[in-house]
Amino acid sequence: MDFDLSEEQRLLKESVDGLLTDAYDFEQRKKYMKEKGGWSRAIWSKLAEQGLLGLPFAESDGGFGAGAVETMIVMEALGKSLVLEPYLATVVIGGGFLRHGGSAAQKAAHIPAIIDGSRTLAFAQLEKGSRYDLSDVTTSAKKKGNGWVIDGEKFVVLNGENADTLIVTARTKGGQRDKTGIGIFLVPADAKGVTRKAYPTQDGLHAADITFTGVEVGADAVIGDPENGLPLIERVVDEARTALCAEAVGLMDESLKTTVEYIKTRKQFGVAIGTFQSLQHRAADMFVALEQARSMSMFATMAADFDNAKERATAIAAAKVQIGKSGKFIGQQSIQLHGGIGMTMEAKIGHYFKRLTMIENTFGDTEYHLRRVSEGGGLV
Amino acid sequence: MDLSFTKEEQAFREDVRQFFRDNVPPETRRKLVEGRHLSKDEMVTWWRILNKKGWGVTHWPKEYGGTGWTSVQHYIFNEELQSYPAPQPLAFGVSMVGPVIYTFGNEEQKKKYLPRIASVDDWWCQGFSEPGSGSDLASLKTKAERKGDKWIINGQKTWTTLAQHADMIFCLCRTDPAAKKQTGISFIVFSMKSKGVTVRPIQTIDGGHEVNEVFFDDVEVPYENLIGEENKGWDYAKFLLGNERTGIARVGVSKERLRRIKELASKVESGGRPVLEDPAFREKFAACEIELKALELTQLRVVADEGKHGKGKPNPASSVLKIKGSEIQQTTTELLMEVIGPFAAPYDEHPDNSNEAMDWTAQIAPTYFNNRKVSIYGGSNEIQRNIICKAVLGL
Repeated sequence: MDFDLSEEQRLLKESVDGLLTDAYDFEQRKKYMKEKGGWSRAIWSKLAEQGLLGLPFAESDGGFGAGAVETMIVMEALGKSLVLEPYLATVVIGGGFLRHGGSAAQKAAHIPAIIDGSRTLAFAQLEKGSRYDLSDVTTSAKKKGNGWVIDGEKFVVLNGENADTLIVTARTKGGQRDKTGIGIFLVPADAKGVTRKAYPTQDGLHAADITFTGVEVGADAVIGDPENGLPLIERVVDEARTALCAEAVGLMDESLKTTVEYIKTRKQFGVAIGTFQSLQHRAADMFVALEQARSMSMFATMAADFDNAKERATAIAAAKVQIGKSGKFIGQQSIQLHGGIGMTMEAKIGHYFKRLTMIENTFGDTEYHLRRVSEGGGLV
Repeated sequence: MDLSFTKEEQAFREDVRQFFRDNVPPETRRKLVEGRHLSKDEMVTWWRILNKKGWGVTHWPKEYGGTGWTSVQHYIFNEELQSYPAPQPLAFGVSMVGPVIYTFGNEEQKKKYLPRIASVDDWWCQGFSEPGSGSDLASLKTKAERKGDKWIINGQKTWTTLAQHADMIFCLCRTDPAAKKQTGISFIVFSMKSKGVTVRPIQTIDGGHEVNEVFFDDVEVPYENLIGEENKGWDYAKFLLGNERTGIARVGVSKERLRRIKELASKVESGGRPVLEDPAFREKFAACEIELKALELTQLRVVADEGKHGKGKPNPASSVLKIKGSEIQQTTTELLMEVIGPFAAPYDEHPDNSNEAMDWTAQIAPTYFNNRKVSIYGGSNEIQRNIICKAVLGL
């Protein structure tokens, strides 16, 4: 039983916090947002230089062989600074598919380019009717010679606008919601038949709806078993959820800090509004919600390594429920305690609230995961 | 970071659990599961069994009978005790006055009181709250006047838990009426059999008798019953209240209750199927489980921190444990009410004892009513929020 970071992990935290403190305040972020595609290539290069893009990859693949705790540390820091760059899409999700399911050739083709920052990825999974069901797939992949032909539409693909490589889920067999018959494909974003409709998202990130029309890929594009990709998808999405929990803890931590600072300085009736007990107690409840969320983020991080897939899924679902609830409470109360200024684009607090809100609705919302915990037999 | 227990810790948990299986009187356990009150005799019997095993005052220093366990071992012991369930040691003696005496008392006091706390030869109660001094405890008025080698004590205490069983009381008394409110208070202990002590029961909304009013009319107490220094009692009281941290969340109690709810909800039917199969109920249940898991980990973070950095000053995280722990305990009693539905109503045992699930319906509403206290006692949740604001947020 040990909740402390190791010496190496502590150094990692210091280095990523240091980088973001220097290069990622709220004003700098506004500039990065205006760059092409909505994020900064210079920052991405800095993340690469510090080795952060190579963290989870095996040393034999050129990475650092770091684990879930290291990803938690980075994601929390990225959350604190409201970072726009596609770490989740590229390193956590894209990297996750390659690490857990990629062939030696696929790893060699993609991992070095991820680590040096020259390539970003996107996970094209969501469909119009699939909502949070990972096995609900209508996009099809049909065999043609040795390769495959992909047809279908994917929506709200995070980093879809900028990604060089897409990881696409497609049905190779069976009906729309069958658990088997789903394949995972590596598709170059500039492949013939891929069209992207890009747009910014509510939280300042960028996504795209992507249409695949007769997109031809080779046999080497398949990650893992083309007829049984779901277990791998579930595993990687569980890691993405875990990473989102950590990002959300960073967002909540900074939201509470910002809000407490604000009510200490904002004066009404001749005194700082933070002297009013109704506001103080709200802030105390936010602290309680944050600590509960932090505990569950750690729980999810540890669960990511559980051997038993069902236990892992239930634990991470439970964490996502706690993060959803705490995030909603802290986000909403942060705006309330800021008052009118909290409603403005100009103040940073609203942007934290928006990112927290979008996280709740990514890879399963609170209700969805509550049902999963309940159906999974619970935690007691 | 490693959130799993070591092999040694797991083995320790097994030992503790086995000891409870072998030694907790079954009738005592049944009563606790069903939310019934225990008699004095039942409690004392169990505490003496624990003490004989050497587990009566686990967290005390070894020289006074403690175990020398790690923080994690204490945590495991408490969790197993609460979730078996077995009666917890009497907090007033073991967790409250005991540590004050071995930390601030003189050698004579240590020799006189500590062994009798461990063996439960003395049942202690706490004389803190007064009718006019609840959350604002420092405004207390009970007076102790020095007269030669005696204190003369006059005043009234209230909410005195289980004073009807008590042999001894530790009391906050005003000894310097001229001093500012926190500074003129002393910590004095004396026999409940003293002349001039009157105990009057208070019946609570669940119909039970746990708390009392205690009156002092010219009670004569030897001067040497003062613990520590005169007029330093407030410091000892703060020490005492901050000392009991890891049990405060009562995670084990809530775990046990959730298991009980699950069992009961699989027996009680609604619309032709067990309540447990109702999706709305299940989701509420799952939500409570998740809050409890988060609390358990929050508590372990405090425990691990204490293990590493020592107990030192009261940790404001204990306020988080108190707030969430009490909220979850209350939620579990609400779930019990929901399971039992209309059979919550009968005031005494339901006449139809043929249905196993109905046997203990009579205790469910009282348990729910009684548990409203947990967000009030030990520093109300509003006071805990004040502590968080001051100590953590700097507000």
